Amino acid sequence: MLTYQGYYRESWELLKKDPLAMISLAVVVVLVVVALFAPLIAPYDPDKQVLRQKLMDPCLEHWFGCDEHGRDILSRCIYGCRVSLSVGLVSQLIATVIGYFMGVCAGYFGGKVDAAISFLIQVFSSLPDLLLAMALMFALGSGLLNLYISLGVLAWSRTARLIRGTVLQLKEKEYVRSCKVDGGGDLRIILRHLLPNCIPTLIITITMGIPSAILSEASLSFLGLGVRSPMASWGSMIAASQDYFRHKAFYSLFPGLCIIVAVIAFNTLGDGLRDALDPKLRK
Amino acid sequence: MKRYLVKRVLLALGILFSISLITFFILNIMPGDPVALMLGDTADPNTIETVRHNLGMDKPYLQQYLEWIAGAFTGDLGTSYFQRKAVAGLLASAFGYTARLAALSYLIALAVGLAVGIVSALNRGTLLDRGLMTLTVVGISAPSFWVAIILQIFIGLRFKAIPIEGLDSPISYLLPCISLGLRYAASIARITRTSMLEVMGQDFIRTARAKGLSPARTVLVHMFRNALVPIITVVGTDIGTLFAGSMLTESVFNIQGVGKLLVDNITKRDIPVVQGCVICVAVVCVAVYLIVDLLYAAVDPNIRLGGEQA
Repeated sequence: MLTYQGYYRESWELLKKDPLAMISLAVVVVLVVVALFAPLIAPYDPDKQVLRQKLMDPCLEHWFGCDEHGRDILSRCIYGCRVSLSVGLVSQLIATVIGYFMGVCAGYFGGKVDAAISFLIQVFSSLPDLLLAMALMFALGSGLLNLYISLGVLAWSRTARLIRGTVLQLKEKEYVRSCKVDGGGDLRIILRHLLPNCIPTLIITITMGIPSAILSEASLSFLGLGVRSPMASWGSMIAASQDYFRHKAFYSLFPGLCIIVAVIAFNTLGDGLRDALDPKLRK
Repeated sequence: MKRYLVKRVLLALGILFSISLITFFILNIMPGDPVALMLGDTADPNTIETVRHNLGMDKPYLQQYLEWIAGAFTGDLGTSYFQRKAVAGLLASAFGYTARLAALSYLIALAVGLAVGIVSALNRGTLLDRGLMTLTVVGISAPSFWVAIILQIFIGLRFKAIPIEGLDSPISYLLPCISLGLRYAASIARITRTSMLEVMGQDFIRTARAKGLSPARTVLVHMFRNALVPIITVVGTDIGTLFAGSMLTESVFNIQGVGKLLVDNITKRDIPVVQGCVICVAVVCVAVYLIVDLLYAAVDPNIRLGGEQA
């Protein structure tokens, strides 16, 4: 019999054999380190304005140049990494908790509960995430906490749909039925038996959800509905660079490259994890 | 089929109704009084009250919502607070731009994506395949608004004939369409490649070649037709995000479409206009999903005869 530990160890072995996944994992680790230790890594204070450095071209002291207030763009990109990664992670955790709960209830209880939740899933997945997120960000006001909430509460439908499907299969398994026959309560079954079996799906949906949350955050900040100024976000930096792109192409270039690197790393890692964790692909 | 049709249309109406309720709720809990903003800091409280009364904002929320939805059925989406124009009229003039931009971008993306996917699949494992697939990864990951600015810098500013604003001449569609369509071209290319590779390994392709069909005919008629099904699925689900993407593209290129209307009015707190824009996008998305679902049902009897919908 394959234990949980054995399953994850085997998945890790499979992941290690996938070079693209390992490269992307390394990039993700670097990004996390940069985000966690931003104050130590950033060469300058990201909010410090030095007027004589206004729109300075990239040079040895300022690798990515300086913005319209003379702030070091590299330092702002490093702090922007904090915003992007934390929005990605926290919003996906919120979405996962809601999505798991909704998906389990739909799949496990069936009947009217399933019908109601499935309807809600369809309502929330028929609009582009960004649209309601914009309205919600405006209702709540800009700021980091509101970004977590807005992107989190709107992104649960994909997780819920996948979990519902998984639970529909799981609930027919012998160990779930026997637990029920033994008088195990619904809550016990949901937490003891269904949750551990849903974890691979949740790992994949979180990893795949982070890049889209990063892109949504960048879009919202670009439209002025994201972080509050002067906080540095890759999206808001691109928005600010728009006024200067005629002469200062580098200013628009660097924050965008940061977004691309982060999104590619998480997407590729997600692909690798999906291949490694899916038992159907194993023999 | 008739029963399925009725069921599916009712579901679509239910979804639209729920979206309107959610939007109304979100927009009305927002802090800050649009009227106070409209009249400025020095406005007298009595004046504010009068204006609120004239705009119908002092009525209970439920009554406001019911009046709005009743109006929506007759094509009346309310009046803009600031522009004093009918929201339906503003939307009608903006919708043309968005529809043309979105449709053209997607058509180009479809053509490019299919071509790249087929070429990649036929040259599997070569440098060309790897190069193209790397490009598609970048294309999927790059934010459209950033691509738009980069295109303005590196193409718009170099070639004076290509405008970087508006949608006034045919050539002005070029940059907005590339920036909006790039990610779809990339994702269509990837799916086409995967789908083609799956079909290529099958027996009937070998048979087709063995019985003497030309390579071109095998590719186009036998492989491509069979690879189309997963591609069509993606096309249906892309439409919603296409509208979301066009909000950003319209902002960068200053195109007066639905997205720009929405972004401009959300900062002004012009609730009727914002609500109208969201509903307009919702109607388009739900209608497209409905059409896609009905097309599936027409093709696959399992669905319309009440099979479990995953």
